[in-house]
Amino acid sequence: MRREIPLAITFITALIMIVSFCIPHAPFGSMQDVSLKWYSIIAGFTMLLGVDSLIHMHSVKIKRKKEGWVYSLVLILGFALFVISGIIGGIRFGSAMDIRSSFMYLYTYMIVPLQSTMFALLSFFIASAAYRAFRARNMDATLLLITAVLVMLGRVPVGYQMWHSFPAVAEWIMAVPQMAAKRGILIGVSLGSLAVSLRIMLGIERSYLS
Amino acid sequence: MSIFEKFEKIDRRFIFLLVALAVLTPLIFKVTMKIPISSPVKSAFKAVDTLPRGTNILISVDYDPASMPELQPMYRTLLYQCFEKGLKPVMIVQWPLGLPLSINTMAEVAEQYNEMARKEGKDTVVYGRDYVNIGYRPGGVAQVVGIGKEIRDYFESDYRGTPLDSLPMMKDIHNYDNFALLFALEAGSMGDIYVQYANARFGIKIILGMTAVSAPDAYPYLQAHQIIGLLGGLQGAAEYETLMKRPAFATMGMTAQSWVHVLIVLFILIGNIGYFISRRKKRS
Amino acid sequence: MHNFWVILGVWMAAFLTLAIFSFLYKDNPFYKFAEHLYVGTSAGYMLIYTYFLVIKPMLIDPISQEHQWILLIPAFFGVIMLTRWFPKIAWLSRWSIAFTVGIGTGLAITGSIQGLLVPQIKGTLIALHGWNGATLNNLLIIIGVIATLTYFYFSKEHRGFVGKTAKLGITYIMIAFGASFGYTVMARISLLIGRMYFLFHTWIPLIK
Repeated sequence: MRREIPLAITFITALIMIVSFCIPHAPFGSMQDVSLKWYSIIAGFTMLLGVDSLIHMHSVKIKRKKEGWVYSLVLILGFALFVISGIIGGIRFGSAMDIRSSFMYLYTYMIVPLQSTMFALLSFFIASAAYRAFRARNMDATLLLITAVLVMLGRVPVGYQMWHSFPAVAEWIMAVPQMAAKRGILIGVSLGSLAVSLRIMLGIERSYLS
Repeated sequence: MSIFEKFEKIDRRFIFLLVALAVLTPLIFKVTMKIPISSPVKSAFKAVDTLPRGTNILISVDYDPASMPELQPMYRTLLYQCFEKGLKPVMIVQWPLGLPLSINTMAEVAEQYNEMARKEGKDTVVYGRDYVNIGYRPGGVAQVVGIGKEIRDYFESDYRGTPLDSLPMMKDIHNYDNFALLFALEAGSMGDIYVQYANARFGIKIILGMTAVSAPDAYPYLQAHQIIGLLGGLQGAAEYETLMKRPAFATMGMTAQSWVHVLIVLFILIGNIGYFISRRKKRS
Repeated sequence: MHNFWVILGVWMAAFLTLAIFSFLYKDNPFYKFAEHLYVGTSAGYMLIYTYFLVIKPMLIDPISQEHQWILLIPAFFGVIMLTRWFPKIAWLSRWSIAFTVGIGTGLAITGSIQGLLVPQIKGTLIALHGWNGATLNNLLIIIGVIATLTYFYFSKEHRGFVGKTAKLGITYIMIAFGASFGYTVMARISLLIGRMYFLFHTWIPLIK
């Protein structure tokens, strides 16, 4: 039963979605509405799973004084800081998301610089990679390289200064050959995901239950 | 060892330094360049600009600080455009980590606009009457389909817990039918979900403002008329600012962007010359 | 007071920005500090938003104020998702997973046909009339889509005509990847511009 019940749940819920798509009237329409709302609520809980395992892992690291435990302490303190400020925001203003709450202040001056700088680092690495790894080794690589250069120059103002038709060339690449290839990939991927979805619905593909 | 071969062995930190300088110099010296306008941005701008006053427009703010420099300028300019044209924007958020960005920016732009409006004797904008932020709820695809019937099934209150029915602007807004279009600012796959579900099932017109990483993937939608406009990355934002005649961060940033692109093209050229020289040497 | 908090915040943000950038020189304790702080604060943020934007408005308020007892069912499914923490009853979490996977697949089946396959194929079936630029572009699009699809079609050996078409598919794919690379460069540099603007405008006002 530990397998059969989940398989039945998957089949029935997927069927509700498909039938209500074709017949959106009662009772299928309302069954769909209820299922979609329940889905959203359940999905909301998944975030807790990740948070718990992260905090658990670092708490153990601190307790056992493993190498780098001080950084784990920083992580836990950062976590606690946000949870406490969120609770205070909730008590004082009714919601942590109120623009006056310390939670929003900490978000602006901690999460924003941390996350945006973390991703800004990539700019340096992509520049270095372009220098070291981007080689015209064969016909295909040369084509990739030429397109990248044309698009890079065509999509910035300096390209327009060099040659007024540069932006038009870049736009043509994007809208014609690039678009055609992306569409081919898109159609291929969606055919594949359609097949996988059907296999899951019919219980042939069960890896998600392991 | 030729100069190009020497270049090949250069410390990568030297490259990092050059990139940083290429970004910083034009910003400090305020070098500006003319921004050429592409047709997907022009059609996006026109679609919003020609809407009659009082029209509701749904803005989905789906990004977090990681892609803020690209999408925030679009959001700012679009909000300003809405206020100036008397449109009624409703903000919805699908990225939980981006909710504070959507709230803070909304408050800032409204304040800026009101300051200008007071000076020029125009009507000011008021939260709840002229614009609303309904915040974030989970669910992704399920929610996008669900709000096609009734927004209140998911968002019974706005971002700070005020019931939607107590906000005058929301009284007659129930689902996609009550919006002239959806302007979605996307850093991930929510744009695809809106196109495949909100547009295909409920017929709402969509404009996508995307990060440059995801913008190329949206061209098939553009050609198939599943979306009516597309803004790609900082350049897309700069074009929108230019069309609005409000040059700001994106327009200024595009000069720095230009310099770095030229630098990277030079890197590629030098790297390849070095590669061919060493390959020829090896062969001989 | 207000100004003091803003100044403090800007300095804190500048310190964290520089701490992360310090990784460009080499890995160091400042970077590690900032990295761990980032993960911890994000996790704290997630916990708070799950309560204030999910559990409170979607469960607690409707149950306590409007007595929507039916919502106890998704609440139950949500809670049993957390049984993964307890190995003995972890199998219960499969019910919630099965529910979400069922909805997801049901939506994907209808969505990919209606929202993707039909409009994308329709977009490819374009008329070729008159001999002009638009016709040439349309022809290139039709050929490109078919060639790319052929490249991903592995049920037939890529030889002869199929092989040549698949080869043309690679050409199209290389152009698409090149364009994507160009766009990715653009995206990453934009993020750097954003941080530089913060450092040299908001923090040290060099950029006016």
